[in-house]
Amino acid sequence: MSETPMMDELEKGPWPSFVTQIKRAGESKALMADSSKDLLRQQETAFREKQGLWKHGGIVGVKGYGGGVIGRYHMRPEEYPGLEHFHTMRVNHPCGWFYTSDKLRELCDIWDNHGSGLTNFHGSTGDVIFLGTNSDHLQPIADDLSEKGWDIGSSGSALRTPTGCVGPARCEYAGFDTLDFIHDITNTFQDEIHRPPFPYKTKIKASGCCNDCVAAMGRSDTPVIGTWRDELRIDNDAVKEYMDSGMNVQTLIVDNCPTAALEMVNGKLELARAEDCTRCMHCINWMPKAIRPGVDKGATILVGAKAPVLDGAVLATVVIPFMKMEPPYTEFKEYWEKAMDWWDENGKVRERIAELIDRVGFDTFIKAMDIEPVPQMVWRPRANPYIFWRDEEPPKLDEFKKYIH
Amino acid sequence: MAITDIGPPDFRNHLPEVIKKNYGTWKYHEIVKPGVLKHVGESGDELYSVRVGSPKLVCTDFIRDLCEIADKYCDGKMRFTSRYNPEFLTDKAENVDSIIAAAQAIGLPVGGTGRGISNMVHTQGWIHCHTPATDASGMVKAIMDELYPYFVGEKTLPNKLKLSLACCINMCGAIHATDLAVVGVHTKIPAVNDETFNAQCETPTTMAGCPTGAIRRHPDKDIKSVVVSEEKCMYCGNCYTICPSMPIANPENDGVMIYVGGKTANVRTPSMLSRVAVPFIANNPPRWPEVIGVLKTIIETYAKDARSPERVGEWIERIGWEKFFERTGLPFTSQCIDDFGAGARASLRASTQFKW
Repeated sequence: MSETPMMDELEKGPWPSFVTQIKRAGESKALMADSSKDLLRQQETAFREKQGLWKHGGIVGVKGYGGGVIGRYHMRPEEYPGLEHFHTMRVNHPCGWFYTSDKLRELCDIWDNHGSGLTNFHGSTGDVIFLGTNSDHLQPIADDLSEKGWDIGSSGSALRTPTGCVGPARCEYAGFDTLDFIHDITNTFQDEIHRPPFPYKTKIKASGCCNDCVAAMGRSDTPVIGTWRDELRIDNDAVKEYMDSGMNVQTLIVDNCPTAALEMVNGKLELARAEDCTRCMHCINWMPKAIRPGVDKGATILVGAKAPVLDGAVLATVVIPFMKMEPPYTEFKEYWEKAMDWWDENGKVRERIAELIDRVGFDTFIKAMDIEPVPQMVWRPRANPYIFWRDEEPPKLDEFKKYIH
Repeated sequence: MAITDIGPPDFRNHLPEVIKKNYGTWKYHEIVKPGVLKHVGESGDELYSVRVGSPKLVCTDFIRDLCEIADKYCDGKMRFTSRYNPEFLTDKAENVDSIIAAAQAIGLPVGGTGRGISNMVHTQGWIHCHTPATDASGMVKAIMDELYPYFVGEKTLPNKLKLSLACCINMCGAIHATDLAVVGVHTKIPAVNDETFNAQCETPTTMAGCPTGAIRRHPDKDIKSVVVSEEKCMYCGNCYTICPSMPIANPENDGVMIYVGGKTANVRTPSMLSRVAVPFIANNPPRWPEVIGVLKTIIETYAKDARSPERVGEWIERIGWEKFFERTGLPFTSQCIDDFGAGARASLRASTQFKW
């Protein structure tokens, strides 16, 4: 008679089962394989009782770091002794999540020497998660990782492990080298990653285009999204290939352009109104052989995305419409450090930068950044007339003489 | 003793030769069949990526299984997507079917590309989270069992559909801007533990953590604790995230919300936040059939009613939310109407343009 009937039930069905993974870890050579067995039993109990059974984590860590390790203790250690401590360690992944089998085996071997054998490939932010070890093993794991060239990820009120999309390693859409950029800033900002200095968490994510495959627009305080300044490129021979294969270019491509910038002219697809193109990637997505981004590439820098806590979910908004992204990314680093200093100085504890901006005004933020206001930052100007002039002088009459005609 | 602050291993040492040769000079791509991408460089070189479905919670021996496939067919090179799919990378077209067979032989479906559903992004749930209102891995397994045909390309949709799950409103992942999402929620106020509060929690921080200001000091000065206003509390559980003496999990009254229509992409239309389609469905482990029923209803309505290339949110914006609720048959209740903060007004319909 199985101790875990509901878990067994979740091994059935076509989708690969996490239960199979836990059972396998329980039978493996991992040092704390038994704790994986306890994990499965506690999961069965959680399912039966319809509630989680983990306590708030205490403070645990490794030398030199103020984060990257999440303490976790079970509420019922007498029933699940393997879960008395069951901490999590975040391991900074290689950019783009590119691995060799040797490096993957390295991680597996290190983890099996010290923990449950269970991992996440990967956690939501992007780190590799080592799931389940006790306090005595934390430093030894850190030592073993470091020896092989791995580092811990971050947690708490720090810069969270930066992540980027697959970028120019595989994708023809990439507006800049997301991988080199993320690798570079991860190394530059190690201090901010490992020793939490900020009011709350902050994230940098880099997507090569507005398809945004790392969801930077939704969850990054500083999204960096690839774009181009010139015109997209159309190859009409390839357009004809799509048409011949049955694609209705007029309805699927031209009619779906959000700004009506495209037109069929004498059977050829043209960017009839180039200045109307908002680089939305729709036409490129659906005709990758025929349409390519422009060549004057760079990125749009936005600010402020976050999940609901505290004042509601927020999508990021435009700060710098175009920035050239060339190593060593000095312009970006200077901007980011300035933004973080301003947030650090003015933000309350647990206040994300978006919430600080909501509290003091976006114009206060860009003034502090020494960035000039541009219409690309807003959908539309304010409707309410409650303008704070404060110390700034309203414009003089002379400035409007030029409109007299 | 560890050397610290060394950062991650250099990804450049992990790239297949064909990627090194064509880095930054890829020309176009095609989806050869479900789960198989083919990228072609300006050089004419080809790169095949075989994408598979996988749990997020995996054991080290499973990773070793993936390594064996990578060694056999990909010179040891592989990667993962931002949605946890392993991808096997090869420049040899003749290896693709062998990779597919090898992946299927260890129980992994091949797919997750094109106009369907890829891996479901999710959180820790009852496996490891200290603030869950529902489970994650279990419900995801149950959901993906049912939506499997959309992953492997047996069924297609008007456009890609991103599915995600958060075990509480912290939403650890971009759950708030995704086509279809499940979010764990509570529906009763926390039960403050007056005995432990003073030792475990800081009053100002706990009070400041409440989005609606529902927490105040206990009126009895001798009780070093707080009280929660029933009128102001909306059971978000953030106080419990901050203070262990304010437990809010409640097996009979916890469940999930269903969110619809978000996207992070700015393709055709701007990014959109997800919207509450169903405010509450009680937890029903191990398979949450009611949640799955609602998700399938929404997906099937979208599949039938939307015009490619509409994403779910774009479809709903075109037909109008009144038609979404009508065509899915889901109830529109007062809980679907925003009442939080200054932004709530923006969601009210300031127009006579509606459909009957």
